Amino acid sequence: MSGSTIIFFMLAAFTLISAVMAVSTRHIFRAAIFLLFTLIGVAGLYFWMQYDFIAAVQIIVYVGGITVLIIFSIFLTQQAGELLPKQKMGRQIFSALAAFCGFALIMLQVYQHSFNQTTATAIEPTVANIGNRMLGVNEGGYALPFEVVSILLLAALIGCIVIAMRSKPVTS
Amino acid sequence: MMEPGLYHLLFISGALFFIGVFGFFTRRNLVTMLMSIELILNSVNLNFIAFNKYLWPDKMDGLFFAIFIIAIAAAEAAVAIAIIINLYRSHGSIDVESAEELKN
Repeated sequence: MSGSTIIFFMLAAFTLISAVMAVSTRHIFRAAIFLLFTLIGVAGLYFWMQYDFIAAVQIIVYVGGITVLIIFSIFLTQQAGELLPKQKMGRQIFSALAAFCGFALIMLQVYQHSFNQTTATAIEPTVANIGNRMLGVNEGGYALPFEVVSILLLAALIGCIVIAMRSKPVTS
Repeated sequence: MMEPGLYHLLFISGALFFIGVFGFFTRRNLVTMLMSIELILNSVNLNFIAFNKYLWPDKMDGLFFAIFIIAIAAAEAAVAIAIIINLYRSHGSIDVESAEELKN
């Protein structure tokens, strides 16, 4: 067994165990920290596949942005040291059953299907290649989705401000 | 032990997806439900990158889908947290059972 294989299985175990802990612990702050570990594990899997750019984006956006946002919202909305209420046993059992059945179905389909790989020469996912393709206007370029996403981010920014604004114009 | 490949990554992303689905079913707190949604989106990204690496390494479409999904997930999380904090201000709780004005 090579070092790469060992690293892969360690990353996989780390990711999945922290994901299970994130959805099952009753301390909400611990759930956020386990979510952080899960996202780092997924970034490690991207590094393992040698997609460096997307791993960096994952760490910057998810680990540095969304998790911090979630932790702030926990600080603003939860009382310190308060546990999440215990769920009904029946609901937990049926949820676990539904998730497991879905997982088994998907995995059966995946393992019965044989994927065939292309033989074309691979493009290295370097930052230069990604940038050329991202702003390309030729066939296979992603300039239009790029602009649409920037409009979407602007709309989300304005929407957040509008939602979070205090609406009390009556008091003088 | 086999060399890890596409099937291993598909197993991980499938497991991550259904862990997220389980969390979404069992949790009743809006912040933890949002965390489950982030898990689901991450599993989808992992799937796209794995297919791009192992089946179509001559194209980069999976990578771009993953980048755009990350951007949209960031926007979605920001709007969702604004809504959650607003709900906490008006109801004093972020449990989904406490927001039921539209039920009747």
